[in-house]
Amino acid sequence: MTVKGKYLRIALGIVVIGALIIVPMNFNRYGLYILSQWAVMTIAAMGLNLTLGYAGQVSLAQGAFVGIGAYAAAIMTTQGMPLIAALSVAVVLCFAIGWILGYPALRVQHHYLAFVTLAFSTLAFLVFRNEDWLTKGIYGISNIPRPNVMGFATNRPLPFYYFCLGSLGIVSLAMWWLIRSPWGRAFIALRENPVRALSLGIDTRRYTLMAFAIGSALGGVAGTLYAPLTQYIDPVPFNLSLSLDLLMMVIVGGSGFFFGPFLGAMIAVLLPEWLRFTQGYYLMLYAVAVMLLLIYSPTGILGILDRYLAARRTKAASALRAVTKSKLETAS
Amino acid sequence: MSAVLEVSDIKKSFGGIKAVDGVSFDVQEGEILGLIGPNGCGKSTLFNCILGQLMPTDGEVKVDGKVVTGLRPSELNRLGVSRTFQLLQVFPKLSVRENLILAGQEHQGNMMSRLLGPSDAGLTATADQMIGFFKLDHLATEAAGGLSYGQQKLLDAAMAFMGGPRLVLLDEPAGGVNLTMLGDLKERLTAINREKRATFVVIEHNMEFVMSLCTRVMVMAEGKLLAMGTPAEVRANPAVIEAYLGH
Repeated sequence: MTVKGKYLRIALGIVVIGALIIVPMNFNRYGLYILSQWAVMTIAAMGLNLTLGYAGQVSLAQGAFVGIGAYAAAIMTTQGMPLIAALSVAVVLCFAIGWILGYPALRVQHHYLAFVTLAFSTLAFLVFRNEDWLTKGIYGISNIPRPNVMGFATNRPLPFYYFCLGSLGIVSLAMWWLIRSPWGRAFIALRENPVRALSLGIDTRRYTLMAFAIGSALGGVAGTLYAPLTQYIDPVPFNLSLSLDLLMMVIVGGSGFFFGPFLGAMIAVLLPEWLRFTQGYYLMLYAVAVMLLLIYSPTGILGILDRYLAARRTKAASALRAVTKSKLETAS
Repeated sequence: MSAVLEVSDIKKSFGGIKAVDGVSFDVQEGEILGLIGPNGCGKSTLFNCILGQLMPTDGEVKVDGKVVTGLRPSELNRLGVSRTFQLLQVFPKLSVRENLILAGQEHQGNMMSRLLGPSDAGLTATADQMIGFFKLDHLATEAAGGLSYGQQKLLDAAMAFMGGPRLVLLDEPAGGVNLTMLGDLKERLTAINREKRATFVVIEHNMEFVMSLCTRVMVMAEGKLLAMGTPAEVRANPAVIEAYLGH
């Protein structure tokens, strides 16, 4: 069963990756834009999933880190610097700020922590809007160039989509490694029971700060892709509602599940497009769907799948026990 | 023999209440010291002061001759001091094996090697040994939350030994465990004590368990040390009888 399940999963993975590469080939400009946006938002949501889903630290500032990354990319690439330089700056900057933002989490938790991060989110927005000399304020930064990746220009939508998809692939591999490493286990311990974690020698302070810093750095990575995607940025997309959107992606997809952000970002980015025919009702439908989902499964969509699989495993295990027992009885 | 743990004149008050009021004792290497006393006499507070969970108002704690008062629990743990809690503290969503690996991983390598090294921090074999030792073999891949209470209690105890500790403080290891498993637990603890020379301090209300497991028993009442001696001496001590049975 487990071997079969493993092959099934690998096959499914190949099909999905293949589809993500092949199907968009006939998409129009807009379709590719939406898919690229999905890849970018998935990266940001993965960062938040690490901070919130695995390590259990509430953050309402992920959108601000996307903004920091986007502004780093916009400012540097319009000055003629390569995107990779902007990426390094964004990652280092977001990591450092995320680390500092983690300090309040050592003292306050849950909704109190949410408020601290919310204040930071507002602060970042004000910097984007008011520091004209750096960010050009409400006029925004336009003509953001798209990068050349290993000699390939990504000006056209399809190559740029592949660039985003490739970045998502690299981030996913790194995240997968992190989650299954002892660090991932320590993050879960931090979420489930910090007191016990501490008594097992886990330096909860350092891991909390790390969870914030790495999660924020991924927000920065998403931002560095966002700027060349839209090729124009102003402060508006990076206000609190982006942080809330990202939070919703994580929760709806399944907080603390590896594939949660992929699913959550898909719903948040693609569903509005599919529901476009409902016109003005789309937000209402969307809101109702989210409420119903969270009542039915507070652990998101992957939570439903997880429950189903757990139930099947239990059934299989008890069937096995019953068989063993009856065998023992016939033997005696 | 040398003292693994030296506690001198520990005091802890919460507001006007003196939960622990000047307790001093030593624990020798390889010893199993029982700590008994009526509810609310300050046993768990004393544990928490020794383990860095609470900062004592006054007094000093030494482990292997080194002053450790005020160190954080994680730092103490890495010095070889481990504990279990009165209430169950396993990680319910992780498997039994993962729980044990988690309990030992911070004793392996450094932050970098734990990020870049193998996912199990090289502890699968040690964890499986521990699983075998505590007779949890058939449960290695089960989520800890799905185990029976007694099995979780065994896992909880096993986790305390993953880091190869010198000193283990067990807070009511027998609470709520059925008789068969209690025998198992006692046998396992005695075996670890003998084979690994691990030193124990055990809080417990189950008198039979304490008296048969421990080499020395210490009795607390109202935040103070009331008596200390072999199980037989303590059982015969009139002050102890009075504290337990009332006036």
